[in-house]
Amino acid sequence: MAPWLIGFSVFFGYPLVMSTYLSFTHYDLLSPPKWIGLANYKFIFNDDPLVGPAVRNTLWIIGVMIPLQVIFAFGVALMLARAKRGVGFFRTIFYLPALAPPVAATLAFVYILNPATGPVNVVLEKLGIEETPLWFQSPGWSKPSLTLLGMWGVGNIMIIFLAAILDVPKQLYESAELDGAGPLQRLRWVTFPTISPVILFAIVIGVIAGLQYFTQAYVAANVASGQASQAGDQTVNNLGYPEASTLFYPVLLYQQGFRYFNMGYAAALTMLLLVVAFTITLLIIRNSRRWVHYAGAVK
Amino acid sequence: MSTASVEVAAPLVRRKPPWSIRRRRLLLSIANHSLLIAAAIIFLLPFVFITLTALMTNDQALSPRLWPSPFQWDNFIEVFRQAPLWRWALNTMLYAGLATLGVLVSSIPVAYALSRIRWRGRNFAFGLVLIAMMLPPVILVVPLYVMWAKLHLVGSLAPLIIPAWFGDAFSIFLLRQFFMTIPEEYLDAARVDGCGELRILATVVLRLAKPAIAAVTLFSFLYCFSDFFLPLLYLSENPDRWVLQIGLAEFRSLHQVQWNLTMAATLLVMAPVIVVFFLAQRAFVEGVTLTGVKG
Repeated sequence: MAPWLIGFSVFFGYPLVMSTYLSFTHYDLLSPPKWIGLANYKFIFNDDPLVGPAVRNTLWIIGVMIPLQVIFAFGVALMLARAKRGVGFFRTIFYLPALAPPVAATLAFVYILNPATGPVNVVLEKLGIEETPLWFQSPGWSKPSLTLLGMWGVGNIMIIFLAAILDVPKQLYESAELDGAGPLQRLRWVTFPTISPVILFAIVIGVIAGLQYFTQAYVAANVASGQASQAGDQTVNNLGYPEASTLFYPVLLYQQGFRYFNMGYAAALTMLLLVVAFTITLLIIRNSRRWVHYAGAVK
Repeated sequence: MSTASVEVAAPLVRRKPPWSIRRRRLLLSIANHSLLIAAAIIFLLPFVFITLTALMTNDQALSPRLWPSPFQWDNFIEVFRQAPLWRWALNTMLYAGLATLGVLVSSIPVAYALSRIRWRGRNFAFGLVLIAMMLPPVILVVPLYVMWAKLHLVGSLAPLIIPAWFGDAFSIFLLRQFFMTIPEEYLDAARVDGCGELRILATVVLRLAKPAIAAVTLFSFLYCFSDFFLPLLYLSENPDRWVLQIGLAEFRSLHQVQWNLTMAATLLVMAPVIVVFFLAQRAFVEGVTLTGVKG
């Protein structure tokens, strides 16, 4: 136990305190931190033109992509639970993409969805669609493209859902059927309540992942912008490409902290993320008492 | 489970359902399977496209043609010639191997202490684990980076490996959940025989918890293998220490628009994970399930 407590203080307690302190300073790693009071926070709320887009983009991920992932995973799990043959085979196929390292998966999608010669647009054109999307090259389609990528890698949640659905006691379905419940009613009144703790788990994990959505956005912006300029020009700031549409909150944090080395400002951004993450998680778990059903629980 | 009673009763009432119901069930099953097959094909297509592109010539990868002609198997050799893949792979193995070892050595005793030994403050400590697991790690990177920079260790693998030796919240949680399921009688029997807690852990618990330990090992290794954010922070300035994921992300900047080589490299980076998955499929699925159902 002791080593972990040491580790916990060094790698968790100390950074938390240090982060709070740094957020009130101007610090560039070279000269010692200079106390500037609330200036960082004022700049975040009043002046920084990128905070707005970063927050909106991250909310988009949490509000659109995560729910789509959860619903999609649930749907696939339902179909798998109903399949009579080849469950193992299908499960492997749906799980496999979740294993692909995010960098590799993102590269693959930027290629597959590249507007000019990418396989997807080639197929779309063959199907007679004239105006094919520009995917990662257009501010309007970049987040939907990332969402497609996210849905491809949904295997983890899917497997958890599948295990939970298969765990629902058969008698519950039988008695519901005797009471005259149709398939949809059985889904609503038997499956859903029984696996609600797992759904809650998926949502909490999803929100936390959404708050730190970084790698896919970073790689996609990096590769897609290089593809547009065809020069691999490293001096161009490509974070958030195109037009800050993939500038998520963690990307902004990375840019401030590790491109510009505004450590104090990055620490302030961090503290806000901490508060938001804590509040959202707490809110979800509190609200969940109303709809999550724990088998055998007294209340 | 009370399914037993249902099975006993079943033979008495079993008769074929009417034709209309059987037909409806058959049609539903066919619809369900067709949907599954369609979805499965869509899920496999990206892999197919990557593989096909990895076998094309560069000109062809930039054309709308989907099928390689001729097949250029040399791409996979060319990738190794153009990029120090072996060095990246070695760095990745060092990171993933040493960090995973650290996670195991440090997390198993903590998980045991949190599950099977009673002491004051245990619930509080477990609460800390839960909080550490729930909060996004991103929020700690700024001060940690400052710390490693002061120690002049930015640009080395140390900032990635050392924290793992002080326990990992997720692994502790997963192991604890599994240890909780070991019947107390086994441990009491060992205690009666005069075993100390450490020996119980080493002999009884480790043996019974093999599936959980296998899952933690796999997850930790895979997590490190696929990790991009931390290596990006600590290693990007020092190409000698790049891991595979950093190298892959920079591959296109290094080699302009050679999509065929990029896809070959992508495939090479995905391959180890997929091979490991097929070798250890059971441990995987059990582990993933463990994280959710008992959470």
